[in-house]
Amino acid sequence: MTAEVLVAGLGLIALLAYAVLGGADFGGGIWDLFASGARRREQRDAIAQAMGPVWEANHVWLIFVIVIIFSAFPLAYQALSIALFVPFHFVLLGIILRGAAFVFRAYSPQSARALGRPSAATPAGGAPGPDDVRAGGASPARPERARPWGVIFGVASTITPVLLGMCLGAVSAGTLRLGEPGEVRIEGAAPWLTPVAWAIGALALALCAYLAAVFLANETGGELREDFRRRALLSGTAVVALSVLALPLVRSEAPHLWDGLVGGRATPVLAVGIIAALLSGWFLRGRRYRAARVAAVTQIVALLTGWAVAQYPYLIYPDLTLAGAAAPRGVLVFVLWSTPAGMLLLLPSLWYLFRVFKGEHLSVRESAHPPD
Amino acid sequence: MDVLTAARLQMEVSLGFHMIFAALGIGMPLLMLIAEWRWLRTGQAHYRALAQKWAKATALTFAVGAVSGTALSFELGLLWPRFMALAGGVLGPAFALEGYAFFIEAIFLGLYLYGWDRLTPRAHWWAGVPIAVSGLASGVLVVAANAWMQAPADFEAVNGRLTQVDPLSVFSTPAWFHLALHSSLSCYIATGFAVAGVYALGMLRGRRDAYHRSGLDIALLVGGIAAVLQPLSGDLSARRIAEYQPAKLAAMEAHYETSTHVPLLIGGIPDGAGGVKWALRIPSGLSLLVGHDPATEITGLNAFPEDERPPVGITHVAFQVMVGCGVVMAALAIWFAWRRRRGDVSGARLLLRAIVLASPLGYIALEAGWIVTEVGRQPWVIYGVMRTADGVTPVSDVPYTLFGFTVLYLALGTALAWLLLRLTDQRYMPADETTYETPEGAA
Ligand code: HDD
Ligand code: HEM
Ligand code: HEM
Repeated sequence: MTAEVLVAGLGLIALLAYAVLGGADFGGGIWDLFASGARRREQRDAIAQAMGPVWEANHVWLIFVIVIIFSAFPLAYQALSIALFVPFHFVLLGIILRGAAFVFRAYSPQSARALGRPSAATPAGGAPGPDDVRAGGASPARPERARPWGVIFGVASTITPVLLGMCLGAVSAGTLRLGEPGEVRIEGAAPWLTPVAWAIGALALALCAYLAAVFLANETGGELREDFRRRALLSGTAVVALSVLALPLVRSEAPHLWDGLVGGRATPVLAVGIIAALLSGWFLRGRRYRAARVAAVTQIVALLTGWAVAQYPYLIYPDLTLAGAAAPRGVLVFVLWSTPAGMLLLLPSLWYLFRVFKGEHLSVRESAHPPD
Repeated sequence: MDVLTAARLQMEVSLGFHMIFAALGIGMPLLMLIAEWRWLRTGQAHYRALAQKWAKATALTFAVGAVSGTALSFELGLLWPRFMALAGGVLGPAFALEGYAFFIEAIFLGLYLYGWDRLTPRAHWWAGVPIAVSGLASGVLVVAANAWMQAPADFEAVNGRLTQVDPLSVFSTPAWFHLALHSSLSCYIATGFAVAGVYALGMLRGRRDAYHRSGLDIALLVGGIAAVLQPLSGDLSARRIAEYQPAKLAAMEAHYETSTHVPLLIGGIPDGAGGVKWALRIPSGLSLLVGHDPATEITGLNAFPEDERPPVGITHVAFQVMVGCGVVMAALAIWFAWRRRRGDVSGARLLLRAIVLASPLGYIALEAGWIVTEVGRQPWVIYGVMRTADGVTPVSDVPYTLFGFTVLYLALGTALAWLLLRLTDQRYMPADETTYETPEGAA
């Protein structure tokens, strides 16, 4: 196997990590925007709590993807930057507003009164924690106050995954053509505005919402958990419906992708994805939350991997292949060798982070709120 | 506005904005660690309160730093696609390693900010160490990328595409060491003086408690030491660029005719015709600084073709501003140290006023210094290899995105400044010893 394929594999792993972890954070924003019902406030609390300690780390996966593209496949980075100039700027706008609004809300004076310990706000049970005004507690607080930031956070979280999906769709749509090095031609509609791109954008939105709802159902208890379960079932249905709608589109507009997905290498992967999707819905119905979470993650991983396998060996169909876009071998080898070393630092740290904030947390809440 | 100008301005706005937060991201963790360490050692609650207040401020600024940094990673390609097609592979290794540093930073920041009650005091302090280390490391690594643009080395390119490269070339550029040293120091200076101003102002308004005194001490310990070292490191920088970017040095000093016994200009505005108005001249000063010998020959701008000269006015003025601020801050740091040795400074109103006035100087010098470095490199984006005009995007929409990002960053900056002000406004509550348990095993 050649170096550029291995590096592309690394890029795919980073993309998968971003889709699962970052995607769920976007989904959290979506459900913040659409929080509703009697426990609206508790829903927002739970989302803020789940995201707070981890979203910045989850976000770094995107930076990894970008760095791998520009260091290992500089010609692809050049072409994408030119062809997707407008949507990338909107993505940036979304990313900037989402991140800033999330922390601004948490630390704004309206919620400062509630600056207590993270354990003081109890999203799981519904009973709000006591307002803790000690000078201590550097932990941010309840999102219900400072609504304007909350709205910005929610709207940005909703729009950004659509745009990211559209950009992903653009590289498969086949209307982005490359001529001489550095020359980009657009044939017909802007590649990110093609029907296929729209379909993938919508699917990305539904998937983020679904993932977040499944994760949140895992991290809450009682009535709140039922709320998120309903939201998971709703968005899961949307995922299935959008996939069914997207398939004929892919067939007519991006036949090469269709061939790869349905009649080619990627078929087994796609099959795994479909089975996982159905299983996760079934587990949700049966309130088997952990199993549903595993299945939902498998579903996203399989869908994206299927896309990548169908797209192989193209980075941008039909003019740019992995080999054609690759940097000199020395750079590829460096990226490959630095990975195990970096992971040696990274994985234990990530494990520690999630253990401290997700692990024992979970069991405490679950014992406090036995499933209904 | 033409695309090139717009792209340069957008890069400048984005980097200038990011640098504010990057500097805090490098400086603040160190301040927090010192305060929390003092708390662990002494058990005095006000140290913990300081660490927690700084942690809140850092949570706000770090997030803005992270998102504006993400914007930069995209913008390198969006604005300069041809530059990245050539240089992406060279700069890649620096950014790849930097990626790990970001990761470590973000992970431990999550642990630190949200972990006050979940970790033991000692583990909590240790969770802060990787933040400080990786913050510094990410700055040093990204500056390697910039250093390579100043003094490119070890690569071959054909037709705007890299054909041969030593993957470590980005770390072998001769400019890395002095840029990284000078730029890291500047982050500590900018943070230290900005924070010191807050506590000096509080003391002037009569809040002379231990909280304010320690806040000032810690901020000026970090900022002050760095400020005293900075002129030395700046001197090193100037001598290095005399070697490999003589046009930049000439522009910094508005020096046109190659000669010996070149004076050092202090202040002054270049008149565009080869002269400088209203400058104070120190005879043979520049020759002495560069070569430690008044007979040292300094290449002048006239030795370069017209279209290879950097803009003299901006470069010269920015350099003067940086050096001026640097000298003032170094002097102030020495004054503070001298006065502090004799005891409490909370009554030294003149000194405190000076510290308040000086609190933005670190940032002014930092931004001005980057302007010297980046504008002084013009017209090259990769010195001697690729012109900025050849790296820019063919997309014509840049003026709109420039406008959009400028508005966005202004709005975010205003909102953030307001939130930070409110943070300092929440009066410090006198330590209620029952809320702060003394950590076990504290000396
Ligand atoms: C707090 C900030 C600060 C202060 C007090 C100073 N500088 Fe500086 N300077 C910077 C912040 C900075 C900077 C923003 O960080 C730069 C831009 C690139 C770099 O590495 O550092 C810089 C660049 C820079 C350069 C250009 C380097 C290059 O392009 O390769 C020179 C020659 C100096 N500085 C010299 C000085 C001198 C002689 C100072 C004397 C007091 C001084 N600086 C104080
Ligand atoms: C360390 C990483 C950095 C990289 C990779 C980098 C890269 C670039 C690039 C590609 C350009 C556009 C081409 C050009 O105008 O020459 C540029 C311009 C510029 N950068 Fe940097 N830069 C870095 C750091 C900074 C910082 C921290 C600042 C300031 C705060 C800064 C200030 C500027 C300015 C003012 C310009 C415009 C110069 C002009 O057009 O006259 N740079 N930089
Ligand atoms: C073109 C230049 C640059 C790019 C592309 C860039 C990119 C980034 C990115 C993507 C992040 C976010 C990391 C995260 O999510 O944690 C970031 C943060 C950071 N950057 Fe930059 N950066 C540039 C210039 C610089 C420079 C010149 C410095 C310092 C001298 C610097 C220091 C930092 C630091 C310390 C952080 C940590 C976040 C914070 O504390 O605000 N960066 N940068």
